[in-house]
Amino acid sequence: MAEIIQEEKQKGGKKKPKKGSAHIDMTPMVDLMCLLLTFFMLTTAFSKPKVMEIVLPEKIRKDEKVEPPKIAESRTLNIILGPQDKVYWYPGKADPASPPPLQETDFSATGIRQVLLDRNRALFKKIDDFEKKVVSGEIEIKQDSLAAAIKQLKTDDDTGPIVLIKAYKTSKYKNFVDIIDEMSIVGIARYTFTDISWLEEGMVNTSLGIAPPPAAAK
Amino acid sequence: MPKIKLPKKSPHIDMTPMVDLFTLLLTFFILTATTRPQEPAPVDTPFSVSEKVVMDANIMTVMLAADNRIFFNVDNGHDTILHFRPKILAEMGKRYNIEFTPEELRKFEKSNTAFGVPIQQMKAYLAAGNMKDREALEVKGIPIDSADNQLALWILFSRQINPAVNTLIKGDANVDYPVVKEVLDILQDKNVNRFNLITNLEAVKVEQEITE
Repeated sequence: MAEIIQEEKQKGGKKKPKKGSAHIDMTPMVDLMCLLLTFFMLTTAFSKPKVMEIVLPEKIRKDEKVEPPKIAESRTLNIILGPQDKVYWYPGKADPASPPPLQETDFSATGIRQVLLDRNRALFKKIDDFEKKVVSGEIEIKQDSLAAAIKQLKTDDDTGPIVLIKAYKTSKYKNFVDIIDEMSIVGIARYTFTDISWLEEGMVNTSLGIAPPPAAAK
Repeated sequence: MPKIKLPKKSPHIDMTPMVDLFTLLLTFFILTATTRPQEPAPVDTPFSVSEKVVMDANIMTVMLAADNRIFFNVDNGHDTILHFRPKILAEMGKRYNIEFTPEELRKFEKSNTAFGVPIQQMKAYLAAGNMKDREALEVKGIPIDSADNQLALWILFSRQINPAVNTLIKGDANVDYPVVKEVLDILQDKNVNRFNLITNLEAVKVEQEITE
């Protein structure tokens, strides 16, 4: 635009040959380079979606005669993903004669995370002690193997909870992702997904105030 | 004292750099907007704190849309000469006695969008020119019922042709869990026990308090 106005002015007077500048203005090019660089840097860092890796235990086929692994009842923590982002949990094993009361909580930082943290405290203490010893020089360990050593502590852990995650039929995929996320935040070493039993389904139904269907009542 | 002569300033500001910039940005955005693979259905992935970035190649994606439809996508491998996609489609066609022409195979190779059509309608899907015509065919998604479990076959052939393939699950936050469970069961039936769930990054403060 600026150029056009200038040209119009020149038309009235005598036409002079334009003096070529000795320098080429590099500003636009530099601008461009800067911009492109920032742009590419930002987009490559943000556009890629993140993934969360989960490894499930191999399925036991029906024809194979493999005993399901036995787990200590005292360490078991059952989590049931309920409808409307609710989470229910109960410790130990559900006895059909007298079902244990379901505790209701949610996905907030003070909800299920607190429950899991309480139960995983012993492991945290161990990791904390270990880190303190490393810092004070009591245990000598290479810097890069620290993470591996902590991971080993987690897998060797035999006091933390074994979490069984079950999902009620109306729960959403979001809840499933959230609970795996909680597991990694809290550092639960052992957790797995199992099918919800009719008993647990009934327990959720009673806490939701739904009358049990005749099939489940039997 | 001699007066300091200030250089005469031009009343105009040179707009060239700015204009350059805007043209460039515009072209760039237009180009990137068209080349990004179009999703056949909107998928709002849930949030997690995981910071692992999705891999570039050797991926197959099972997409679960909010209305519980299932889509599938697989890539051509880490090199374009590998042509995994047409091989998988040909294998799939063999199973269902559908002969795909070289032209159709090429079309399938070039498209990088997830598809949600039963194999019987794949020919019509490939013949459809634009996304709208294709979407009309994708009302049901890929069938996963036990009588005709096409998703299981897609997974099986993808893994046969590209053994290094990684499994991604891209689910909408509001997909019903039973559908997710079914997909996980199908994957586990085909001996896939390692999954990657696509999520968005969420900023969470983790407070670890250790009381003695």
